[in-house]
Amino acid sequence: MSIALSSPFGGDVAALQEATRDETTLRRFLHGLPGVDQVGAEARAAALATRSIKTASKAWALDAAVRMVDLTTLEGADTPGKVRSLCAKAMRPDPSDATTPAVAAVCVYPDLVGVAAEALRGSGVKVASVATAFPSGRASLGVKLTDVREAVAAGADEIDMVIDRGAFLAGRYGLVHDEIVAVREACGSAHLKVILETGELATLDNVRRASVLALLAGGDFIKTSTGKVSPAATPPVALVMLQAVRDFADATGEVRGVKLAGGIRASKEAIRYLVMVSEVAGPRWLDADHFRFGASSLLNDLLLQRHKLARGSYDGPDYVTLD
Amino acid sequence: MAAAPPFEYAPAPEARETARLRSSYGIFVGGEFRAGAGETVPTIDPSTAEPLADVAEAGDGDVDAAVASARSAYESVWRDLPGRERAKYLFRIARAIQERARELAVLESLDNGKPIRESRDVDVPLAAAHFFYYAGWADKLAHAGYGPAPRPIGVAGQIIPWNFPLLMAAWKIAPALATGNTVVLKPAETTPLTALTLAEIIAECDLPPGVVNIIAGGPAIGQALVEHEGVDKIAFTGSTEVGKLIQRSVAGTDKRLSLELGGKAANIVFDDAPLDQAVEGIVNGIFFNQGHVCCAGSRLLVQESVVEEVIAKLQDRMTTLRLGDPLDKNTDIGAINSAEQLARIRELSDAGEAEGAQRWSPPCELPARGFWFPPTIFTGVSASHRIAREEIFGPVLSVLTFRTPQEAVDKANNTPYGLSAGIWTEKGSRILWMARQLRAGVVWANTFNRFDPASPFGGYKESGYGREGGRHGLEAYLAR
Amino acid sequence: MPAEDGSESRLRVRKTYKLAIGGAFPRSESGRSYPVEDSSGALLAQAAQASRKDVRDAVVAARKAFPGWAAATAYNRGQVIYRVAEMLEGRREQFASEVAAAEGGTADAALRSVDDSIDRIVWYAGWADKFAQVAGSANPIAGPYFNFSVPEPTGVVAILAPQESSLLGFVSVLAPVLCTGNTAVIVASERRPLPAVSLSEVLATSDLPGGVVNVLTGFTSELAPWLASHRDVNAIDLTGVAAGDRADLQRAAADNVKRVYIPAGEDWTDEPGTARLTAFVETKTVWHPIGV
Repeated sequence: MSIALSSPFGGDVAALQEATRDETTLRRFLHGLPGVDQVGAEARAAALATRSIKTASKAWALDAAVRMVDLTTLEGADTPGKVRSLCAKAMRPDPSDATTPAVAAVCVYPDLVGVAAEALRGSGVKVASVATAFPSGRASLGVKLTDVREAVAAGADEIDMVIDRGAFLAGRYGLVHDEIVAVREACGSAHLKVILETGELATLDNVRRASVLALLAGGDFIKTSTGKVSPAATPPVALVMLQAVRDFADATGEVRGVKLAGGIRASKEAIRYLVMVSEVAGPRWLDADHFRFGASSLLNDLLLQRHKLARGSYDGPDYVTLD
Repeated sequence: MAAAPPFEYAPAPEARETARLRSSYGIFVGGEFRAGAGETVPTIDPSTAEPLADVAEAGDGDVDAAVASARSAYESVWRDLPGRERAKYLFRIARAIQERARELAVLESLDNGKPIRESRDVDVPLAAAHFFYYAGWADKLAHAGYGPAPRPIGVAGQIIPWNFPLLMAAWKIAPALATGNTVVLKPAETTPLTALTLAEIIAECDLPPGVVNIIAGGPAIGQALVEHEGVDKIAFTGSTEVGKLIQRSVAGTDKRLSLELGGKAANIVFDDAPLDQAVEGIVNGIFFNQGHVCCAGSRLLVQESVVEEVIAKLQDRMTTLRLGDPLDKNTDIGAINSAEQLARIRELSDAGEAEGAQRWSPPCELPARGFWFPPTIFTGVSASHRIAREEIFGPVLSVLTFRTPQEAVDKANNTPYGLSAGIWTEKGSRILWMARQLRAGVVWANTFNRFDPASPFGGYKESGYGREGGRHGLEAYLAR
Repeated sequence: MPAEDGSESRLRVRKTYKLAIGGAFPRSESGRSYPVEDSSGALLAQAAQASRKDVRDAVVAARKAFPGWAAATAYNRGQVIYRVAEMLEGRREQFASEVAAAEGGTADAALRSVDDSIDRIVWYAGWADKFAQVAGSANPIAGPYFNFSVPEPTGVVAILAPQESSLLGFVSVLAPVLCTGNTAVIVASERRPLPAVSLSEVLATSDLPGGVVNVLTGFTSELAPWLASHRDVNAIDLTGVAAGDRADLQRAAADNVKRVYIPAGEDWTDEPGTARLTAFVETKTVWHPIGV
C-alpha cells in the first residue's frame, strides 16, 4: 500500500531511547523535532470543527463522551460528602435514563482517594488522583513521590501528575524526564497521566516537545491542564497532542492516551474533539483507555443533549442532577 | 494504516430547496431578464449527471444587444457618476450577497459539484468580500498610484471559468464597476446559475440597467464578445490554450487584455518543514475544489531526505478525506465538473501509470451516478513525465524530489506556467530567498490556497498577465 | 409638548443625554449637567458635564479596548464602520432634526449634512483595508534583506471635536481614527453636543466593541488639559480647540511626546485627503535576511 514507513521521530525505539541518554542529547532531540506552524494548526483544528455530526453518529458520540469523562472535583472545600455525591453521579449519571453509561473515572485530591475508592468499589468506575503537589508542581521530588505513594496506597487506579513547568521552560528537560520516570515507578500498577499545563507552555512547539518528552518518560496518558490555569484545553493544543501520540505509536507500536481537561463545558465541543481524535490520531484512540475528558459541568450538558435526541425537544437544568 | 472509523458520520445534508432553483434561466441584458436567442440547454448537477434547469443561452443579436446596453449605460450614467455613488452600489451588492449567502452556496454546489463546505466557507464569503473591497476604491482612485484622476476604459467583456463560478464573477465585476467601467460577462457554459442569481441581486440593488449584463452561452458567444468592436477591454480566466487564441484575436486592435490562465504549481517541502502543517498544505493545495484550481499545488517537490516520511503522513491524511454528495456538510471532495473534465483527468492519470510512476489512492467508494475521481497521488514522477508537465485540473498530485534549494527552484521554474508556488520550511531567510527566485505570481509560504480581495493574484509567463485583487487589480480597468 | 397639527396632545418622553464610556452610558461621575440651547437660544436639553474623572475612566476604557480593535482584521473594521453608516442611514430624519435644532438653518441643509455624514463614514469604511497598501511599502534597500514598512495604529487618540459642525464635523474627525485601528476619547462640541450623543447610541448598535469610542460632553476648556496631559493617551487632535488656546495644550502634550494634530482650516463638505489617516499611525519597518 504505502511506501515503507519512516518514523516521524527519525528513528526506531532504540533511537528514541538513545535520545534520553542525557540532558544535552535530550535537548538536541527535542529541539530537532519538526516545528508546529501555529496558523496552520489552528486552521486544521477549525476545519475539523466544521464536521456536522447528526442523528445516529451524534448519539454514539454523546455516549462515547460520557464514557470518557473523568468526573472531577478539585477544590479546597471538598469534603467526603461532596466526593460521595460525585461518585454516585459517576456510577449512575442520569437517574431518569438507565441507558446512560457510567463515566470512566472520578478524579479527586489524594487525601480523598480513600472515600472515593470506598464509594466506587465494584462499580468499574476508576479512582483517579492528582498528585505531585498539584496544581503548581512546586515542591521537592521527595514530597511529590510521597504524594503519589499515599494516593496509590489509598486505592487510586490512576495518577494525574503535573510536570515541572519551570524546569521545562528553563530547558532542564532531563530533570522533567527523570521526575516523570520516578513518578511512574512510584505508581506501581496505577496508570500515569502526565499533565503538561499547556497554558503555561505558551507555544505549540513547546506542547509538542513536552508531549514527546512525557511519552518518552513513560506516561500512559498526556494531559493538557490542571484546570486551574487558563487557557486550558484548546483545539490546536489537542491537535498537536493527538499528533504526538500518533507519531509515537507509529515509531514504537505503543498506543498512549490523551486527556483534555479544563474549559470543556459543551457537548458540541466534546463531539468536535472526538472528531479530532478520530481523524488525527485514529479510531484506536476512540475509547476510555486512550482518551478522556477531565470535566465537571460537561457531563450534565452531555445528558441534556441525550435527552434532546431522545425526546426531540430541549431540556433545562431541572432535568439533570447536581453532583 | 487506518481502517474505516467506527465513528461514522451520519449524512448531514444541506437542504436542496435552499437553492431556490428555478426550472429555467435566461440572460440579463439592459436590466431585464429574458430568454436568449440561442439554444435552450440543460445545466446539470455533476454529482448525479441529472439536469438542474434549462438555460436559454445567448444567440444571434444578444451579444450586440448586451454590448450596446453596456455602452449606453457607460456613457449616459456610469462613467460620470461620482465615485462615492458607485461605491454605494457595490456596498449594496456585497451586503446582498451576504444576506443570500446560504442560497448561493447551495446553488453553487449543485451546479458546480464542489462541497457545500467550500462554497459556504470560501466561495460565497470571498465573493462578498471582493465587492466590499472594491467598493472602497471607487471614490479613492486618486490615491491608488495611477495618477491624480484615473479614468475608466469603457465596456469590458469578461469571460469566466466553471471552477469558482460566483467568485470569478465577483473578481471580474467588482473592480470593473469600481473604476467606472460597464460589463458584459459570460459565465462558463456548465455553471451559469450563480452568475444569473448574482444578476438578480444586482437588479434588486437598483444598479442602473446595462451597467452589468450577464449572457450565458458557449465558446461561440465568448468569441463573439472578444471580437466585438464595441468592447474596449477583455478579461479572461480559463485555459492557457484559449487565452492564446484570445491574445491572437485582439492583436492589432486597441483592446486591452488581461489573462488568468493555467498553472502547474510546485509545492516545495524542505526537510525542516513543520511536517503536519505541510501535509495539510499539500492536501489543501491539490484536493481543495477537487483540484479544479488554476493555482493548485499539483507538483509536490519534496526534499529527498524526508520524502518517505512526508508521503507516509500524506497517505494517512488522505484516508480521512470524505468523497461524496456535495451537499453533505461532511464532504471534503465533491464531483468533477463535467464528463469532459473527467475524461481528461483519466487520460492523464493513465498516462502517468504508463510512463512508470506509481499511482495510489486511499480506499474510496465512488457514487454510481455522476462524475467522480478519487484523490490520487503519483510517486516516482520525473520532470519529463506528462503528469509533471501538463495541467490535469483534477485531484491528482505528482510527487518529485529535490536535493538542494537551487535544484528546487530550477525544477519549480522549469515550466511554461508561472501562476503560483508553495514553500514549506521553518527558515525565514529561505522563504524569502525562494520567493525571490520563483517565477510565480503568487507565492505561499507555510500555507497554500489563501485568497483575499486585498491580495493581488495573477501569473507569470503562460499563466497569464495582469493582477486581480488589491490596489494592483485596478490597473487593468483604468485608461493609461 | 402638544402635537403641532393640533391633534390630541400626547406628552413626549424626554431623553436624558449621557456620556458613552466603555460601551455603557453613565451620567458624569460628578453628577453635573449643563443646559444646551438651540440656535435661537431656547433650551433643548441638559447634557452631562463631564469631569476629569470621566476623562480618566474614558481613557481606561479606550486603552482596554485597543488591543482587540487593533488586532481585528482591517476587513472587519471596515465592515463595522460600514454598519455605523447603515445604522445612521436608518435614523436619517431623527438626526436631521437634531442637527437643525443644534445649528439652525433649513431642514434641507440639515438633511444634506446628515447625508454627507453617512457618506463620510462610508468613505472611511472603504479605507480600512486599503490604507496599508497606500501608506505601506516593500522597500528596495541595498542589501540581501527583505524590508517592509506597515502602518500601525498609535493607540488611544483624544479628539476635541469641531465646535460648529455638530455631526458632519464630529464624524469627520472620529472616523479616520477608528479606521486605522485606534480607539478614541472624543469630546463633543461644547454648545452643540446632542447629535454626538445620539451618534454614540448608533455606535453602540453597530457591532463596535465597547470602549472603542468614548464620547464626553462638557466644557472643552475644562476637559482638554486633562487629555493633553494624560500619559496614557498617545495622540491628540486639537480641532475643536480655539487657536489661541492650543499652545498650552501642545506644551502639556510634550510630556509623553504625544502626536498632536492641528487642522489647517477644513471645509467639512470637501473630500478629505489622507492627512487624518497618516496622523494617527506609526510606521513599523522590518528587516529579514534573504538567503538559503
